[in-house]
Amino acid sequence: MTAPGFIGALAPVLARAAPGDGLAGGMLIGLAAALMLLGLGRIAGVSGLVARATGLADAGPPRAIALAFTAGLPLGGWLVSRAVAGVAVHMPESPLVLAIGGLLVGFGTRLGSGCTSGHGVCGLSRLSPRSLVATMLFMGAGFATVAAGHGFGLKG
Amino acid sequence: MARIIALIAGTLFGGGLAVSGMVDPARVRGFLDILGRWDPTLAFVMAGAIVPMALAWRIRAQMAAPVAAAAFVLPDSRRIDGRLAAGAVIFGIGWGVAGLCPGPALADLALAPWPAAVFVAAMFAGMALHRITTP
Repeated sequence: MTAPGFIGALAPVLARAAPGDGLAGGMLIGLAAALMLLGLGRIAGVSGLVARATGLADAGPPRAIALAFTAGLPLGGWLVSRAVAGVAVHMPESPLVLAIGGLLVGFGTRLGSGCTSGHGVCGLSRLSPRSLVATMLFMGAGFATVAAGHGFGLKG
Repeated sequence: MARIIALIAGTLFGGGLAVSGMVDPARVRGFLDILGRWDPTLAFVMAGAIVPMALAWRIRAQMAAPVAAAAFVLPDSRRIDGRLAAGAVIFGIGWGVAGLCPGPALADLALAPWPAAVFVAAMFAGMALHRITTP
């Protein structure tokens, strides 16, 4: 009785997930980060590279490198959307939500010296305690924010 | 040479975000929705990215210098302080609000240009605010 119950509860979760796409895309991201490390001796931390590219950070790699990496992000997204039909993007409809989210993400990633790529991918794979703490905190804050959104009756 | 490597890395990164579905804020918020309709895909993305990167750190340990630069320039801070914690929490709240972090937001400039541009412009404003307010 309990085993089918557990599987029954898990089935819709797995049906929502895309583990194959996730692993394949994740490996491309890991490959990109490996290329930055072994090729250029740098961390592929998007918030740091973008801040450097726009002149909002003084420290970091040469600006030309930061600009080239930053330009590659939409280029890669565009190439995949050309090659594969149906890259879904459901943006929040409210510009206010986008603006508040962007403001917090910009300020927080600079204050905390990194985001999902720098702390999450590069830091965790390096077993950095600092990045582990940062990743647990931003994920925890993300879980809490979405849960609080349910509490306030916002769309999930 | 260095610029071409950086462009290729950025393109692979953006492509990986699109392949994995992480360019979709609804999917990212699905991962963060542990008390609701949880979507574990992001955990598979992290696992897929950490494996090649963990290997790269091991290769790095055997190298005197990177292939196309003079030296490795890597973060060496080990300090876990209020700044790191506050920054991570503020970032996490913004991530939960919009379902976007910096990489997907930039990739989305090619996939959903206007909403992505609003987010990215606000993100730059947040970065600038940090630059002005933090010594």
